[in-house]
Amino acid sequence: MAIEINGKTYDTDEEGYLTDLSQWDEDVAKVLAAEEKVEMTDNHWEVINFLREYYNEFQIAPAVRVLTKAIGKKLGPDKGNNKYLYELFPYGPAKQACKIGGLPKPTGCI
Amino acid sequence: MSEAAGDFDDEDGSGTIKKFMFLNRKAPYGTVYALEGLEVVLITAAFDQDVSMVFMDDGVYQLVKGQNTKAIAMKNFSPTYRALDGYDIEKLYVERDSLEMRGLSEDDLLVPVEVLSSAEMQVLMSDQDVVIAF
Repeated sequence: MAIEINGKTYDTDEEGYLTDLSQWDEDVAKVLAAEEKVEMTDNHWEVINFLREYYNEFQIAPAVRVLTKAIGKKLGPDKGNNKYLYELFPYGPAKQACKIGGLPKPTGCI
Repeated sequence: MSEAAGDFDDEDGSGTIKKFMFLNRKAPYGTVYALEGLEVVLITAAFDQDVSMVFMDDGVYQLVKGQNTKAIAMKNFSPTYRALDGYDIEKLYVERDSLEMRGLSEDDLLVPVEVLSSAEMQVLMSDQDVVIAF
């Protein structure tokens, strides 16, 4: 499967995750977000960017619990909680945000 | 992931926390054991169990700093060991003889560990509910 935007092709797996992380850019993020019915705001981008940094550092997509705790540490308790993250990404912050951020499906995601 | 922990509790009715030890004895690349083992550990962490990891024999190479996998075209997953702390997996043990036989010391490792003698390791192992070797 693939997504095409302005002549650029992005390869995805059967669940819609990008298969090549290095292909990710904001254009494809917007298309992936629209597929997930997520309207991107600055708060969404903040989580996406946080996740991408986490991935760069540790080479894995974190489980929700770990993501929530790490966001709390960096961005404060207002944002490091389930309610806030599920409001941004109703179908699971780790799953949806990873997909939009071009990362693999999180390890330990049940 | 409290939902997952909840399910676990319902199933076995008691919500007992067991002591899980994951024993890593193989070099990081060449086989899938190290990477798959690490993934199992991360998943186990979601169930609020008492998890520890042991590195011995060639398994100590999994923790060595400065791994470069370019030439074998495999992903360097060693940075993931640094994420263990965030998963509340803080008990990492390395066997002293395995380190010394390979000319390594604690300073060569990318995460803080506790170095134990074989005898100490034996005591620790006999204290576990479950030991899983990779």
